Amino acid sequence: MSQPSVKWSKSGLPWIWLNAGAVSISLIMVIGLLLLITVRGMSYFWPADVMDAKYQESNGRVIHLIGEVVDSQVIPAANARDNGYTIENELELTRFLVKVANRDVYGNDFRLVLEPFLTDISYPKNIMVVERREWGNAIGYLRSVKEHGKVIAEGDKARDELMTRLKSAVATFDTIRDIQKHDIGSINYQLEQLRLKRRGLELDGVTDKAPYEEIEQEEKQLKQQYDTLLKKMEVLYEDIRRDSMVMEAMNGTTFEIPLGKVVRAYYPNEMGVFDKLVFYVAKVWEFVSDEPREANTEGGIFPAIFGTVLMVILMSIFVTPFGVVAAVYLREYARQGPLIRLIRIAVNNMAGVPSIVYGVFGLGFFVYFLGGNIDALFFPEAQPAPTFGTPGILWSSLTLALLTLPVVIVATEEGLSRIPRSVREGSLALGATKIETLWNIVLPMASPAMMTGVILAVARAAGEVAPLMLVGVVKLAPSLPLDGNFPFLHMERKFMHLGFHIYDVGFQSPNVEAARPLVYATSLLLIIVIVLLNLTAIRIRNRLREKYRALEN
Amino acid sequence: MSDANTQKTPLTHAINMDALNRDESTVETENADIAITVDDLNLFYAEKQALHGIKMEIPRKRVTAFIGPSGCGKSTLLRCFNRMNDLVDNVRIEGSIVLGEDDIYAKGVNVADLRRRVGMVFQKPNPFPKSIFENVAYGMRILGIKDKRKITESVEKSLRSAALWDEVKDRLQDNAMGLSGGQQQRLVIARAVAIEPEVLLLDEPASALDPISTLKIEELIYELKDKYTIVIVTHNMQQAARVSDYTAFMYMGELIEHDSTNKLFTNPEKKQTEDYITGRYG
Repeated sequence: MSQPSVKWSKSGLPWIWLNAGAVSISLIMVIGLLLLITVRGMSYFWPADVMDAKYQESNGRVIHLIGEVVDSQVIPAANARDNGYTIENELELTRFLVKVANRDVYGNDFRLVLEPFLTDISYPKNIMVVERREWGNAIGYLRSVKEHGKVIAEGDKARDELMTRLKSAVATFDTIRDIQKHDIGSINYQLEQLRLKRRGLELDGVTDKAPYEEIEQEEKQLKQQYDTLLKKMEVLYEDIRRDSMVMEAMNGTTFEIPLGKVVRAYYPNEMGVFDKLVFYVAKVWEFVSDEPREANTEGGIFPAIFGTVLMVILMSIFVTPFGVVAAVYLREYARQGPLIRLIRIAVNNMAGVPSIVYGVFGLGFFVYFLGGNIDALFFPEAQPAPTFGTPGILWSSLTLALLTLPVVIVATEEGLSRIPRSVREGSLALGATKIETLWNIVLPMASPAMMTGVILAVARAAGEVAPLMLVGVVKLAPSLPLDGNFPFLHMERKFMHLGFHIYDVGFQSPNVEAARPLVYATSLLLIIVIVLLNLTAIRIRNRLREKYRALEN
Repeated sequence: MSDANTQKTPLTHAINMDALNRDESTVETENADIAITVDDLNLFYAEKQALHGIKMEIPRKRVTAFIGPSGCGKSTLLRCFNRMNDLVDNVRIEGSIVLGEDDIYAKGVNVADLRRRVGMVFQKPNPFPKSIFENVAYGMRILGIKDKRKITESVEKSLRSAALWDEVKDRLQDNAMGLSGGQQQRLVIARAVAIEPEVLLLDEPASALDPISTLKIEELIYELKDKYTIVIVTHNMQQAARVSDYTAFMYMGELIEHDSTNKLFTNPEKKQTEDYITGRYG
């Protein structure tokens, strides 16, 4: 080897470059990932301009095209030639993915168009985009507004009329949904409880008439309430069915949309940057606070956020005491020998078991065995419908608690072993027993380490999807696991989860193209949720560290 | 030998002449009240014997110092008095230690109760990561004392007797970890005296401290011996000479000589003792 290169390698510089390079590559990858998800996810809510153009199809026919360009791609010209387009001597050309919406009219939300065949491109200000509760968006020109099927406004006047009527229609819809969800939901819940109560009495062989009559009385009351609500709803329904709007699509067909089915209507080409920003914020807010529509591909994902966070919190509540107690036994009480070493190795290896295996275990043990027995013992009146003998949030959080248990045990043990002997002896020398020393001195001092374990557990659990699919997550849960009906926290209910939502929307949705941006947006949200959960735990840990910073000296 | 003697006088003088005088008077009292009687104590760590047939009597309300080279078993012996050695695996103890009337190694002895009677201060200050107040109150809380006034009074009294009150009275709720090493060690002493033990074991209490803090601890020992029987382990022969009434010299797990400090330092009976205190080995 030549002299300078030997010198160079001896100086240690190659090492430093290698190390710095590894760190940079990791950083670039993380930042790139976050950037990609953020850009893709956040652009989903931006109201893009809608194009109006003429397009020559492969068979030579010229059609009128209205839609927003979602994506563009350069493809080989040969590809297009194969599809029947006549292209002279270009090798490559641009292909646009255009969202034409109006799924009910054209049967498809998206169209692929070739850039050279687009002509007369314009962005007319009066193109309207309508977000509907069903069938996705509608894009077209507003023609008229109708009341009871009769046209009351046309042309330019239709617009103002539509906006005022739409506002009231949306408000009415919200009222109806509110009544359905809360009032009627609560009545249904109570009726179900009464039914179970009666069934329970029957199973117990109660022959006394009094309790049955009491139940009947209550049922009657509830039914009366229900009828009143129903009447109220009928009026509201009448109200919401009254108006409709007529639109003209790009192929010239006109179609009518009842205002009750409209979420919002806007003119994207007319909006300035500020308007778009306001719209954007509103959409983002809807995304995080609203419920999903249309097989999860529209609307918000609040139930999934809620489910994820609640599940993680429940998981922490289960795993922390259990892991800490186990670690205390292993470190403080058990005689350190080959058996304990074996157990420790087993615990560490548990962290390496694939998570789906935990899911299978959870299904077999928690759901079928534990849940089934709980049902047989405590909920015989609900049979054959299972109460706990079916996947639910309780079993999900328990399964994940099991999954993250090794992390908590290892971290806590680590913390316990770092408590100086002198401090323990100081307590013992004052006449404290071992357990008193443990409670008053050792555990508080080890609490930052426990929190480290919880932080790691939360990070792992929040991102886990596979086992949850077996033990409690569903595509669409009818109600949140936490609501206003006693006992408020319904541990037996199924729930929605951000991770599963990504999988579901990305792979199981009827309209994958439309759902793709949503996958990014949901991923971004999942990351944010995990970061927030972790930050909370880290803050708690730092506070504890501040309090018990004896270990430093 | 003469070295030790010439060293001793000016140092004691510098600290407290009265105390020295009192020392002289107690030495002559042969029939001092006995606090701890050790009889034929053998201690084994697994197969290795660390203490060999120790026999001694420790007088009440006096300061007894254990001196000897490293590894001679003086700390081990000290830790027998409050059964701290129980925490070590594979330790075996033969013989008896009688505290007052009670054999502390008898069956059915409540170790926690024993440790309340025999307080201990360790080599390195080990305050708990709690407030200064809670550190001192810890022993009382363990005893189940709920009376707030009683605890507050006792905390003040203990801090005063540990000569720490004036320095910390305005910040009792601060974390004890923020105190200096010397203050921490006095806090630990206050913590120990707060539950009013009979005996106070000091395991090289000043070895991790600077000279000024050491001086304060030594002065404190003078004051505390009116109320407590004190046993102190020290590496520092001058310190033993300054603070103790009686001194025991140990070597290789055996008690070589135990006598009044004055006699042991001026006129030791054993050759080994003389060699050690004149610095010929150790």
